[in-house]
Amino acid sequence: MSDIARSTASDGVPSGRAKPHGTTLGSLAGKSAIFLILIALLAIFAVIQPVFLRAANLLDILEAVSVTALLGLGITVSLAVGGFDLSVGSTAAMGVMTAAYAQVVWGWGAVPTVLLVLGVGIGIGLFNSLLIIVLRVPDLLATLGTLFLVGGLQLIPSAGNSISTGMVFADGSEADGVFSPTFLALGRLRLWGLVPLPVIILGIVAVLLWVLMERLRWGRAIYAVGGNERAAHLAGAPTARLRVFAYVLSGLLSSLGGILLAARVGRGDIMTGGSLLQDSFAAALIGFAVLNLRRPNILGTVIGAVLVGVLLNGLTMLNAPYYTQDFIKGAVLVGSLALTYRLGRDRR
Amino acid sequence: MTVAAIRAQAVSKSFGSNLVLDSVSLSIAPGEVVALMGANGAGKSTLVKILAGVQPADSGVIEIGGQALRLASPAQAQAAGIVSVHQSVADAGVSALSVAENLVLDEICGARLPLFLSPRRIRRRAAEIAGKTGLSVDLSQPLAALSLAERQLVAIARAFAGRPKLLILDEPTASLSALEAERLFGLVERVKASGIAVLFISHKLADLRRIADRAIVLRHGRVQGEFTRPLDLAAATRAMIGRQVVSTVRAQNAHTSAPSLTLSGVQLREHGPGINLDLFPGEITVVTGPLGAGKSSLLEVLFGLRPPAAGRITLGSKPWTPRGPADAIAAGVFMAGEDRWRTSLAPHETLGADLAGTIALPHLKNWSHALGFLGFGRELAAAQTAIRRLGIVCRGPRDRLDHLSGGNQQKVVVARWQARPARLLLLDEPFQGVDLGARHDLIASLRAMDPSAAILIATSDVEEALEAADRILVLRDRGIAAEYRPGQEDFLGRLTNLETLVAGAAD
Repeated sequence: MSDIARSTASDGVPSGRAKPHGTTLGSLAGKSAIFLILIALLAIFAVIQPVFLRAANLLDILEAVSVTALLGLGITVSLAVGGFDLSVGSTAAMGVMTAAYAQVVWGWGAVPTVLLVLGVGIGIGLFNSLLIIVLRVPDLLATLGTLFLVGGLQLIPSAGNSISTGMVFADGSEADGVFSPTFLALGRLRLWGLVPLPVIILGIVAVLLWVLMERLRWGRAIYAVGGNERAAHLAGAPTARLRVFAYVLSGLLSSLGGILLAARVGRGDIMTGGSLLQDSFAAALIGFAVLNLRRPNILGTVIGAVLVGVLLNGLTMLNAPYYTQDFIKGAVLVGSLALTYRLGRDRR
Repeated sequence: MTVAAIRAQAVSKSFGSNLVLDSVSLSIAPGEVVALMGANGAGKSTLVKILAGVQPADSGVIEIGGQALRLASPAQAQAAGIVSVHQSVADAGVSALSVAENLVLDEICGARLPLFLSPRRIRRRAAEIAGKTGLSVDLSQPLAALSLAERQLVAIARAFAGRPKLLILDEPTASLSALEAERLFGLVERVKASGIAVLFISHKLADLRRIADRAIVLRHGRVQGEFTRPLDLAAATRAMIGRQVVSTVRAQNAHTSAPSLTLSGVQLREHGPGINLDLFPGEITVVTGPLGAGKSSLLEVLFGLRPPAAGRITLGSKPWTPRGPADAIAAGVFMAGEDRWRTSLAPHETLGADLAGTIALPHLKNWSHALGFLGFGRELAAAQTAIRRLGIVCRGPRDRLDHLSGGNQQKVVVARWQARPARLLLLDEPFQGVDLGARHDLIASLRAMDPSAAILIATSDVEEALEAADRILVLRDRGIAAEYRPGQEDFLGRLTNLETLVAGAAD
């Protein structure tokens, strides 16, 4: 039945794939602006510092942004459903400390550790859902609360210290576990001696999420909830379940980011949370400008993260001081948002 | 003869090739209440906008107190003494401030009061205004605590405080109960007694009978008739809508088939009246009645948004107890809610908020391929069909909805629920903000639907009810107060009764 319907649909409407209108010069410029900037940056850095364009360096950039991008993808989905998740950075940091504690203190292996950390991420997502969907705390406030709660909780088991093999507890006992080599490989292995595993993981996650959000009906429903929750509900969408899904996914991806970080660093560093939240939000928001969509979108977030990575890597090569980094990220974010919304208005 | 407070002479206005106002003239004496009547799209709101300085007229003269004016902006109109009060709450003051502060808001903002205001002074001035207008609400509570009707009273009292020459009230009774409307009329009488000219826009006959000294009926941008006291209601009705009504009535359906949906003893609130009702396939039933009569509640119960307080509902031959919209949609019970931007549409940046995506949203489960991959072909085909069938004016199936006119937006909303066969189609105020032409198209599309669907429309507008309905039910206090069939004999006479019933007037 559905086959027949499908064929009549495509036969009956020859102009069905009408090209989207508004392909004026302005909108074309808007759609490709971020790509043009990215190419221009690559060209400039390549001219000044030929090493920049080497495959190894480009892959280093991707590796450097993989965690930010993963968190950014979680934020993207929560933004798409009309929510806001400020707890991603804390969740990732929690993941780092949990992974370290499980292996160094409890002596766990790689597989149970990974499962535990992912479980913690899911738990944090469920906790956010409880606050936001059941108790109806506004999302911004709820996840800000979780940010502090989880950010504080991760410090307690190790009494505020970083976790590494040989650390001494208050009672004099010594932690004698080690990071499992399998676990460390998650952050350090390079396939074919070249491509870092985190980049592969990011690629797989990004492709799966892109298909979900842009090509599957659940993605449509998620965006519909974000656009007008009441309308989505009245159109039959399971709005509460979709919102829970978004927060759980965000928690899951954040804890995955934590795993990759812990595996790269090889210890439970209490400073890892640092700028993760800002960086991943910046990636998701720059993503609004990619393709000039003005909505959270998967491809945009990845490109946004890469753009920031390219810029920081290139400027570091040109000996720009480290303390200018935040300023540069801010300039990219503000610039791309201004560009998108300005061009969008011209299109009317 | 006294000088008219306001006189408009041969005012014309056209949008593109569409002549909206065709040489309209009117004058209002000080202390006179003139009702401006007409169907949606008759040109009422355009005339009001011109008088209020929101839009310029193409030609014509407007005089205040015998002096010709150029009204290029709302501020100029206000300075000339023309103040208008809209029905929308958004315009009606600052929610967070107290009623007293709202009453003197213009004086605060207009620097007519000293910079440092003691609360006592505000209260005194506000009490003075309230006293003059007979406004009886607690002045110290915040505006947000007031009902919609009371906010409207406050807005009128505030306008009155500025001592205007002409007060324009735009559909002030549209969402009021009979009791609330009566308070409003009391206020208008005070305004009138103080020598202010009032232009009262409405298409309710009950309003006209209660408050107007004179009625001017607009149709298709022209003054169709002018009626002075004693008002000939039947003639005014004919001038306003008469011909249209007669022309669109469809032959009565014989109820040969079994009902699609049966309500027995359904109560919309605890211990409310029981509603018994059969809805038949192929029949358009319209429920009408004042705000709060239970029209929307009835639709919400049928769509599974809330359970009835008591009673039984059967769909086909099975009990109907949907747990939510998803249940209802799966069973072929569809609903388009009131106020499309709140209940049906999403901002244009949203993925899937374009024309085709909007139509497809509730049908994605049925139109998707294996594994949930979207069926873009089905989606576009459905949109093309809708565009053709309803005559939606747009640039294509991927057009943005916020670029369409209200009528075309509403066509998309209705087309969404015509895209798959329905057993019961529920439409809540489907003609709100829809021009006359689009309304005709919408009704024609409903009539052209598969006769296996029963259609239930809720509207507070009698004229819309008359045009769309095979059968009209008047709801009052959550029970059925009367039933009408257009096409019955002595129809225009009954129409007046119907207006009165719907407006809830006691006489």
